[in-house]
Amino acid sequence: MGLGKALEAVRIHLSALTVPSSGRVKKASEIGSRAHNPLPMIQGVQFKPASDQSLLVYFGRKVTRDAHQRVRKLLHLLESKPIVGVRNLHPAYCSLLVVFDPLRLRHGDLENILSDYLRRLARLRLPAARKVEIPTCYGGEFGPDLEEVARLHGMTPAQVVELHSSVTYVVYFLGFVPGFAYLGVVPEALATPRLANPRRSTPPGSVGIADNQTGVYPFSTPGGWRLIGRTPTAMFRPNQKDMSFLSIGDRVCFTPISAAQFTALENS
Amino acid sequence: MLHTDIRRAIHGAREFMNSIQIQTPGLLTTVQDLGREGFGPMGVSASGAADPISLRLGNRLVGNLANTAGLEMTLLGGAFVFPEGAIVALAGSDFGARLDDAKVDVGTSIEVHPGQTLRLGPTRSGARCYLCVQGGIAVPPFLRSASTHILCGLGGFEGRPLKTGDALLIGSASGPFRKRTIAPHISEHLFPRKVLRVTSGPQLEWFSESSRHSFYSGTYRISEQCDRMGLRLEGAPISQPHHRAMITEGVSLGAVQVPPGGSPIILFVEQQTTGGYPKIANVISADLHRLGQLRPRDEIRFELVTWEAAQSLLVEQEKRLASEESILE
Repeated sequence: MGLGKALEAVRIHLSALTVPSSGRVKKASEIGSRAHNPLPMIQGVQFKPASDQSLLVYFGRKVTRDAHQRVRKLLHLLESKPIVGVRNLHPAYCSLLVVFDPLRLRHGDLENILSDYLRRLARLRLPAARKVEIPTCYGGEFGPDLEEVARLHGMTPAQVVELHSSVTYVVYFLGFVPGFAYLGVVPEALATPRLANPRRSTPPGSVGIADNQTGVYPFSTPGGWRLIGRTPTAMFRPNQKDMSFLSIGDRVCFTPISAAQFTALENS
Repeated sequence: MLHTDIRRAIHGAREFMNSIQIQTPGLLTTVQDLGREGFGPMGVSASGAADPISLRLGNRLVGNLANTAGLEMTLLGGAFVFPEGAIVALAGSDFGARLDDAKVDVGTSIEVHPGQTLRLGPTRSGARCYLCVQGGIAVPPFLRSASTHILCGLGGFEGRPLKTGDALLIGSASGPFRKRTIAPHISEHLFPRKVLRVTSGPQLEWFSESSRHSFYSGTYRISEQCDRMGLRLEGAPISQPHHRAMITEGVSLGAVQVPPGGSPIILFVEQQTTGGYPKIANVISADLHRLGQLRPRDEIRFELVTWEAAQSLLVEQEKRLASEESILE
């Protein structure tokens, strides 16, 4: 199926999100109503069943650093003190999808347990964020969209490289495919919409921009992000202990390198 | 244990292990178990058998644990030679299997003698057939699972669908051959339904009354663009909700998402872990295995059920599967 299309859908604008968020999510009153009494809201947190075996925990409906910190904290707590019957966790910008065994848990049970976890978030201290560098060769065959991005913003390619590599980005979460980190926030002057026609395949290591997000394709997948460079660093390494090069919460910088350095790093 | 150690262990034991030689692989044949759960934070989806119930039943027929790795065939089966023989069973759809010249029934354990060939053809029913072998298919686990993740080339046998000339190792197993058959009432229950039961999706209320109506009253056709990542549907388009900005969020297995074109996509086992399309519904757990048997051009409808109904249907189904009478000896 159209992976590119799927990525295409990630149409968000981090700086100006306009998602209505009026307290607790309304029940679908006509059908599929909740099997339990809703709990009182905890500091702007909303629960919403996503399927009969998963529950979405929303920390508001805006992409903010505060929401991101709370997602990280809840993820951290759930990983260090797992809930029996919880099978998987899918973090995102301001939500966490909790997948559970429907033969052991129901939405209401899980909401009760999660409420206890959520009450502990304020006091929880996260480990210090890692600082990670991604050596990147910009432009040329490695960044086929660099010139177009520069043209769209009335800049030179060199200015685009300078701006893109001057920012320290945050890994909001990993999603889509193994090791794909959603990095933000790209400076407004560089935010660029996706390609109208996504590529059928992007070379692994390609560094792209989509709106005010940037990221690195770990695998050769279809994709609509504008490619401005490529890194020789593997984003997903199945033979290493830490398979994903990046983790949620990391601080990331792109360091410009030459084509010769790229080749040298790739061969080392 | 690091999987390089396991690979070395498997390598060392190679000369003592039985094997399966792939004469022809079929259309798309991969090694699958029940998947790898718990790696969502890395962007890794669960993968695993598209019809996990058939894999579980096939494993029971040959005396394996439920999560043992088998071969998943899609639409057209392959030909497999067993130089040392094996105890095997087919489960799922009927691919017109023959052992040398003799017809082989789906849902029955059989003894393959050394040098015999098991040959499968095009499907006569649903999309997938599973070949389970006593002892299981031995591959180095990736993130605790033998499942193949095709898009990323991870897990399974060299991270890819099987090719002619591949040789798979069979895990060690002992025990005499016992003839076991899936009880007819279980097979009937598993037969693909035209109606998929769903619960409401997290963005259901974003869709207009008329969009919901067309979704639940319409018939949808499985498009040619269907694979282990997702099933694209053709039918009455659903209008996108207006004035709503979707923020990328975690997506669940069986989610029915509606992209701007209005043709719904059901997320499947090799799904992306997060997504940015609104979801109108989600296939219930008790019907997820049926998705694995849907073929291109099959027609389906959706029926909304309550959370309670979804849960009790799953409990009933698991009770039926766990009962002594589900497998006849």
